[in-house]
Amino acid sequence: MSAPAGVSGAAAATAKLESVVGSEFVRSTAGGITEYAIDGVAPKLVVRPQNAEQTAETVRTALEEKLGVIACGARSAVGVGMPPTNYDLALDMTRVTGIASYDAGDLTISVNAGMPLSELARVLAEKKQFLPLQVPFFERATVGGAIAAGLDSPLRHFYGAPRDFLIGAEFVDGTGAQAKSGGRVVKNVTGYDFHKLLHGSLGTLAVITRLNFRTYPLPVARRGFLASFADDLAALAFANEVGASALTPIVLEMLSPECAGLLFAQYAPFASFCAAQNRREWTVCLGFEGSGEVCERYAKELSRMAREAGAQNAVTMHDEQFAALLEILREAPVAMRDAAAEAVVMRFAALPSQLADLLRAVRSFAGSSWMTAPVLVRGGSVMYLALLPRAGDETALRQMEYFWKSVGSLRGKLEFRGSLVFAAAKWKAALNVWAHVEFDSEMERRVKKAFDPNGVFARGRFVGGL
Amino acid sequence: MNSGILAEMEKIVGARNLLSRAEDLVLYEYDGSVEKARPEAVVFPSSTRDVVAIVKLAVQRDVPIVGRGAGTGLSGGALARGGGIMLAFGRMNKILELDFENRRAVVQPGVVNFDLTRAVEHAGFYFAPDPSSQKSCTIGGNVSENSGGPHTLAYGVTSSHVTGLELVLPNGEVKRIGGKLSDPLGYDLCGLLVGSEGTLALVTEIVTKLSKKPEAIKTLLAIFETVDDATETVTELTARAITPAACEMLDGWTLGAIEDYVHAGFPRDSGAVLLIEIEGIAEAVAGQALAIDEVCKAHHAREVRTAKDDQERELLWKGRKTAFGALGRLAPSNYVLDAVIPRSKLPQALRRVVQIGKESGLQVGNIFHAGDGNLHPLVLFDPRKPEEFREAVRVSEEIVRYCVSIGGALTGEHGVGMEKAELMTLMFSEADFALMRRVHAQFNPTGLLNPGKVFPMGKGCGETRVRTSPLASHAPSAVPA
Repeated sequence: MSAPAGVSGAAAATAKLESVVGSEFVRSTAGGITEYAIDGVAPKLVVRPQNAEQTAETVRTALEEKLGVIACGARSAVGVGMPPTNYDLALDMTRVTGIASYDAGDLTISVNAGMPLSELARVLAEKKQFLPLQVPFFERATVGGAIAAGLDSPLRHFYGAPRDFLIGAEFVDGTGAQAKSGGRVVKNVTGYDFHKLLHGSLGTLAVITRLNFRTYPLPVARRGFLASFADDLAALAFANEVGASALTPIVLEMLSPECAGLLFAQYAPFASFCAAQNRREWTVCLGFEGSGEVCERYAKELSRMAREAGAQNAVTMHDEQFAALLEILREAPVAMRDAAAEAVVMRFAALPSQLADLLRAVRSFAGSSWMTAPVLVRGGSVMYLALLPRAGDETALRQMEYFWKSVGSLRGKLEFRGSLVFAAAKWKAALNVWAHVEFDSEMERRVKKAFDPNGVFARGRFVGGL
Repeated sequence: MNSGILAEMEKIVGARNLLSRAEDLVLYEYDGSVEKARPEAVVFPSSTRDVVAIVKLAVQRDVPIVGRGAGTGLSGGALARGGGIMLAFGRMNKILELDFENRRAVVQPGVVNFDLTRAVEHAGFYFAPDPSSQKSCTIGGNVSENSGGPHTLAYGVTSSHVTGLELVLPNGEVKRIGGKLSDPLGYDLCGLLVGSEGTLALVTEIVTKLSKKPEAIKTLLAIFETVDDATETVTELTARAITPAACEMLDGWTLGAIEDYVHAGFPRDSGAVLLIEIEGIAEAVAGQALAIDEVCKAHHAREVRTAKDDQERELLWKGRKTAFGALGRLAPSNYVLDAVIPRSKLPQALRRVVQIGKESGLQVGNIFHAGDGNLHPLVLFDPRKPEEFREAVRVSEEIVRYCVSIGGALTGEHGVGMEKAELMTLMFSEADFALMRRVHAQFNPTGLLNPGKVFPMGKGCGETRVRTSPLASHAPSAVPA
């Protein structure tokens, strides 16, 4: 999009789009539509197509009118990524909703992109199935938005990333053509696996219209275990021991004392657990599932291992308590964001063997600031860290810059990647969301060019400036 | 191929790593499929540097290049359809690093699949993708075709087990994507590259996941009087959300051939068996075994036998994995198909496969990954009879078309290759191909890398439908690995 649309261009575009989706589903305001703003950039047009055909037609119109397009679902995670550099039209996919087909007997489902995750979960639960896509904003997020935003699920530790259960997709590419990849069977290597590229692509490649998933049976029982340890090293040692054992927990997370306090304070069953801890203790959260016998074995072995690892406090949780814990862990990055007005939530991907070193380093950097820094470690290889500035602290930016620069000093010593998940636009500009994702983006550029040759989608938001 | 290029290649890799005589090249015109295409030279690189040098030379001289592992593929993916240079990776077969703490291995593409498992089993790990050819196929080939195997029912195909790749692009550039970290950097390029059938880049190094061996494994053999009873059992296991690690079906006719070959302990008088494996912690395995036994018996299983020890278990799997070889004793050649159907349609699909076989007059055996609906009908034929070969190809195509028509896919683990390039239009539209071509052009703009694969050759070509018989020339018959 070399030339942004002028005022007369915008009027022409509006008329065209109204003929595509109906006038009641196009909004246009010269001053920008603030509820669709991303990092303070508001689009002048919002289009709400009803189906894939209308979506494609909208993209083609945007191409003709040289409008920059960002697709969105419930807009819960639309702030992930750098601020948009070219955002004229918000393509709201929430009307492209519903189940396209559900073959419960095959453990597969095909869902339109605008379907809310929570509604999908209810449909699946009726057939005693579920999708391991337990991501933040679960009650609001759409399935298409969840895949595009690429946020983590605590169940990833056992069930893997969407790469492992997303079996096909339909989408509109940057030429305005409706394309697809994969299919609706659980095993399929026909053609290029484009659907895998869509996960976490922040809408920079295509507008997702439909997704096909492999589903999983809900277990007979799903329970949890919490144990607290004197410090991070003791907690890590316990988590590593569980990892090395024959047990295969579905959730394995570790919370710093600040994080446990933040997450558990509102929930009665865990608040008492937290209250029993002193301020330095780290908490390990585990989930496991299966038959009654299987769960009993887990509870017994975890209790023994925790005792031997010097746990200060340990508790086994029944199904309902674990469901509440899973929800808390699922929404943890959001809770971290909401813990301070101008919080920054960072995500680090690390090697399990270097996690302790990385943890020690970032905790030490955070310790030299005035900010509280809750940490959550997911599955031994992902770490969320939030920096929570005090209200009105004018030195917050300087402290954050110092922290983020210090993280850079670890490059070359440790293998990791660090990016900002949630941050106010002003922090994003100062810190750069992708500062510590070091890579040669030339390969990604080839993919972007093939999918979106005219740069119509979400320019500037993705790593590498894509 | 002109002698100038041969001389330059010899300078790069040395005479002992270059083949160009017709009698040597003939061995490389086959893989495990019924396809055939002869390269003009075969080069054995020993390093990424060799690969880069050969690729640059090929591009300079406008000569096609195709990568090859062990040549066990079943879709013609590693054949030199456009002639030119074959890069055979068999000598780049080093395991470069075993990192147990992070559960990763770094390997060269020529490492044999099972050799990686052998190298790590002492520490309680294994490499999960387990194609039937795992004792000879290479991990580079697995990456290229996104290979599966019986246990991919639980653990996923190769792409679920690769986190990083070193690539040589068709312009000679070396790129690294991903690494040991489980998150992709930027777009999930490993997800795109694994299974791209060597049409986007050559893979020179692979970072794989290592899986932890389960605490308990139980292998069940359920014996049925009819194929219908066996397939309906699989459908009900899926519907009841019982998820074994592997669930294989072998029909009665096939079992006889296997018993003659390896004496695996399969019955000779049954309609079909299911070979089911359950893994996990002991309590979970015990519970699942009971549930599976119950479903099998509800579907009239004559017997549900549990392998009593590792030896019996290994023998049953040996029977399954050498089945294609066993059938090689019954006919001069066979055509192993690969197609996928929704699991709930397994009974009707098998009935249709049997019917198509009967109508053709050719013997069709069925040995396949029932648990994920991945069919492998096996059509026996005599390549000395061209009409029989043509009929085998027609039967295979009819079966694949039927599978796609009921919501299935062209290939579950063998890849599209040459074999199914023309059939891609059954699943994909012109817009789908347009995007695939744009991606292809971004990585492989000259089209010199593995030409004639994945994409249909175009209307009027119909090359794959009028294939010459494998015995049209002097070449020996193909026996899939």
